[in-house]
Amino acid sequence: MSEQPLVTLQNVGKTFGPVTVIKDVTVSVYAGKVQVLLGENGAGKSTLIKMMAGVYQPDAGRIVVDGNTVTLPTTRAAEALGIATIHQELNLVPTMSIAENVMLGRMPTKHGMVDRSAMRNRARAALALIGLDVDVDTLVGELGIARQQLVEIAKALSINARILILDEPTAALTRHETESLFAVMADLRSRGVGMLFISHHLDEIAEVGDTVTVLRDGEFVAEVPASTPEDELVRLMVGRSIEEQYPRNAGGAAETTETAEILAVEHLSSSGRFTDINFTVRAGEVVGIAGLVGAGRTELIRAIAGADHYDSGTVTVRGRALPKANIKAAIKAGIGHVPEDRKGQGLVLDASVNDNLGYATLASTAKLGLADFAGQRSRAQAVATKLRIRMHTIDQAIGALSGGNQQKAVFGRWIIAASTVLLLDEPTRGVDVGAKVEIYELMNAITAAGGAIVMVSSELPEILGMSDRILVMRDGLLAGELTAAEATQDAVMTLAARDVADEN
Amino acid sequence: MSTTTLPAVRRGFDYKKFLANNGALVGLVVLCIALFIATPDFLTGQNLLNIGIQVSTVAVLAFGMTFVIVAGGIDLSVGAVAALAAMVSSWLFVSAGLPGWLALVGGLVAGLLAGMVNGLANAYGKLPSFIATLAMLSVARGLTLVISDGRPISTPAEVSFLGGNLGPVPMPIVVLLVAALVASFVLNRTVIGRSMYAVGGNAEAARLSGLPVKRILVTVFALAGLFAGLAGLLLAGRLDSAQPQAAAGYELDAIAAVVIGGASLSGGLGKISGTLVGALVLVVIRNGLNLLNVTSFWQQVVIGLVIALAVGVDVLRRKTRNG
Ligand SMILES: Nc1ncnc2c1ncn2[C@@H]1O[C@H](COP(=O)(O)OP(=O)(O)OP(=O)(O)O)[C@@H](O)[C@H]1O
Ligand SMILES: [Mg+2]
Repeated sequence: MSEQPLVTLQNVGKTFGPVTVIKDVTVSVYAGKVQVLLGENGAGKSTLIKMMAGVYQPDAGRIVVDGNTVTLPTTRAAEALGIATIHQELNLVPTMSIAENVMLGRMPTKHGMVDRSAMRNRARAALALIGLDVDVDTLVGELGIARQQLVEIAKALSINARILILDEPTAALTRHETESLFAVMADLRSRGVGMLFISHHLDEIAEVGDTVTVLRDGEFVAEVPASTPEDELVRLMVGRSIEEQYPRNAGGAAETTETAEILAVEHLSSSGRFTDINFTVRAGEVVGIAGLVGAGRTELIRAIAGADHYDSGTVTVRGRALPKANIKAAIKAGIGHVPEDRKGQGLVLDASVNDNLGYATLASTAKLGLADFAGQRSRAQAVATKLRIRMHTIDQAIGALSGGNQQKAVFGRWIIAASTVLLLDEPTRGVDVGAKVEIYELMNAITAAGGAIVMVSSELPEILGMSDRILVMRDGLLAGELTAAEATQDAVMTLAARDVADEN
Repeated sequence: MSTTTLPAVRRGFDYKKFLANNGALVGLVVLCIALFIATPDFLTGQNLLNIGIQVSTVAVLAFGMTFVIVAGGIDLSVGAVAALAAMVSSWLFVSAGLPGWLALVGGLVAGLLAGMVNGLANAYGKLPSFIATLAMLSVARGLTLVISDGRPISTPAEVSFLGGNLGPVPMPIVVLLVAALVASFVLNRTVIGRSMYAVGGNAEAARLSGLPVKRILVTVFALAGLFAGLAGLLLAGRLDSAQPQAAAGYELDAIAAVVIGGASLSGGLGKISGTLVGALVLVVIRNGLNLLNVTSFWQQVVIGLVIALAVGVDVLRRKTRNG
């Protein structure tokens, strides 16, 4: 320990009202090293790094930068010390351009006016670093969540920090983009930048990390090298071992003779998004949709769910055609939609967990226009317990829950609604390993009961591990279909990225 | 067992939390005590009834405004719609010869329709509520002048009754209490009320959960129009005539009452009880300043500062709560 850390959180603690979230934790970031923070949803990882980023003030302990005790009253103060942060939840202004977002708060000026060309150039350079090829004048609100995440990363990179905090930067990215991020991280590390990295993808830890600090319930559990086997990491993190990461009872219902077709999508087209999509999903099936970011997966899911218009084609549930762009009819037919962006599309952050769980059933359980308070509440309580949503009370604002627990709540809404056709868009984004298995088991339960699931995911292992059939999309087209048996990482990627390979 | 000196500790009553969540109520109580000490004229039966009557119009307008603000919008037209509703009612009675009770209902319907137009323009016409209701402010005031030809029209007895007395109790206070109960019931217990919070908090999440966001918005503005109509009738009933310039500028009082009551202008937060307290704060301050012989010019200055203070304290409170 001859080397002095760039920054240390020393015996810090943090409470929110009656809840103690961080208790006596110490963690350091060294120059040229990647320190990994590992813990279940709600373990306190984000809270911890927010103290380093100047968002929260520790209630106990101290922050040491270059050997000096400091206070970080604002994010600006942290930035001034060379600490840049990529937060778990996106912090972008949707109505402003990519360039403006990247340079927000640091706009280059000339004669007292914004120097737009300098701003664009610097933004372009930042995007180039992570290989995002989009016009910097595009409004951020027009980008999908993965590209927004890349903009957020570019923004932090453009600060030229000595210390970079990355809170689940890869949750929204596909393997391809994750690799460019890791290349940037390797480059930063060789230039002596110290990094603090959070991810629920255990395989990434050995790939980029040096040491791992494990947290459980806000307390320090262990510090181990990043090369520690994944099983051991899981055991440290959740306090027990997890038997099977992907517990799919493959072919459970597919074997039954009566393979009722539940969802049928025929000749579905939406100009500029996807073209002539055809597929069916039978009872008991999980169909995975793989593809690169921008392949049209989310757009397809939204059209099926009734969230967006489409130009032609039909969506049929149990033999009955659904009207276009009619969410209510879709829900009535049994469709439940878990959107890709839980903060922007899934949740009302100021409202309680109870309210958020109940929105889809608010009207259907009402009598004479009066909300069924007691019933909604007991159903919400039951689902929160079943999904093990970690919260203080069910009346607490959902915005205060950890990211993974928020995701479970979006899921829970459709469990309450007893949806039988679930359209999942990145269902386990930001969910810890233990909770992931719980969500997978939930998917098994739904399909075992005769439901059907369509799952879009950028996590290939998840697609491969949980799907009975895999559709691969490329540039708005169905590029191919693979059965669980024939699907491999390579087979999927070949179908998904053929164009990219051709162009290069 | 630690010593349990405070009886209120039972059932986890938290004083700090109560104070933080009821800043406006605490302010109101402090204000009343200060006025009680400052002038003997404050705590008299007559003055309290006066306050009740004055608060009724502002509060009823503000209840409607609460729906709109909770749903994430703003309604600048409530004052003008109040005047229009009262004028329509008087016109129906005097010029169209309808029975008084029907004229009263006609006034309320006029308010409801005006609000509905606001809602349609906002939800389906995609006009921001600020613009849609600003246009309605002008249209409604204009129509009021057209109908009345710029002159007051006397009200039917049924409307005047709203401004009169029920035994010793002024009717406006009765109407106020009933309106508060109804509004609070709608907001807390009905599907549409619960949906307003979702729409104001995150319209996209509400939509993807299957809530009919557009219909909810139309209902919200229609309710605001209905409450504005009722407020207009209360005001006209007190004067026994519908005035073409009645309730001018009242929309600002209504917005102030809602905001002082703890609602957020960005939507998703707000309560009827808070709004009632907010309206009382405004009216009690005006009343107190009158009793203390402060000119109306200075009153405006004081009211402005109070609004800034109330909202400032609220913002500060939210910030500390979030760490
Ligand atoms: N502002 C807040 N008010 C109250 N409780 C909070 C607040 N912020 C976080 N918490 C609580 O602190 C705990 C830790 O949350 P945190 O976001 O740090 O978890 P995390 O480890 O980052 O989880 P995830 O992996 O899901 O992102 C959670 O139980 C959460 O509910
Ligand atoms: Mg987190």
